[in-house]
Amino acid sequence: MESPRRLHLKTFILILIMVLAGPLGNVLLGKAMKQVGPVHPWPPAELLHVFIRVFTSGTIWLGVGSLLVFFAAYMIVLSWADYSYVQPASSIAYAVVALLASTWLGEVVPPLRWVGIAVICLGVFLVGHTHPSTTESG
Amino acid sequence: MVSEFIFFFFIVVFGTTGEIFMSRAMKETGEVKDFRPAALIEAIFRALRVRWMWFGVGMMAIGFFSLLAVLSFENVSFVVPVTALSYVVGALGGRFFLGERVSLQRWTGILLVCAGVTLVLIGRR
Repeated sequence: MESPRRLHLKTFILILIMVLAGPLGNVLLGKAMKQVGPVHPWPPAELLHVFIRVFTSGTIWLGVGSLLVFFAAYMIVLSWADYSYVQPASSIAYAVVALLASTWLGEVVPPLRWVGIAVICLGVFLVGHTHPSTTESG
Repeated sequence: MVSEFIFFFFIVVFGTTGEIFMSRAMKETGEVKDFRPAALIEAIFRALRVRWMWFGVGMMAIGFFSLLAVLSFENVSFVVPVTALSYVVGALGGRFFLGERVSLQRWTGILLVCAGVTLVLIGRR
């Protein structure tokens, strides 16, 4: 049986990887999709052109790579920690996304959006103080 | 506007359901204790043999392409916080599909996250 301290440390490190790689991936995807232009799901021929533009974009692949790192960390942490713990605990990533988007992409983030993100982080603070695994083992 | 709503719906519902299926698959796969590359690859192949993993990957793919679509016309600092609505779906799924106990404290946190998303939506214009 693993000590709770070690379990928390292991969980913390993987969630840290998630909150850095996930937002970086999303911001890269956002940057790439702005270059691709607005997507219209109809007609299908137009959708095909969009797919080609998307998958020939280097920035998209950088974003996908970053998200793959995020997913690898996520899947590993889910093998011992509960989904309803991991998902809220990693939501600090929303603040990281807004920081990256405003500083790197130059997006204008209105004050109310920052407040909203801060409230999301407060929610994260509450859920972050519970034990990572709550289901019965075995 | 309607297509934007549909894309957000797909991101939240398909993305979260996919993650819940993947979580179930990973619980069936067993805890990952060895972090050496060969052992990690072996764990990935073990996970891919679980049926739930494939359902999860399919649903997450739909969620991912919806995210790309919405990112083509909306700012990432708006889109990503709105997708936090998946916390509601996630908590309900964790509770009823995976049988996890969600404490009052966690529910409070999840409600705060929802309030935050509401503020982001109100502050849009």
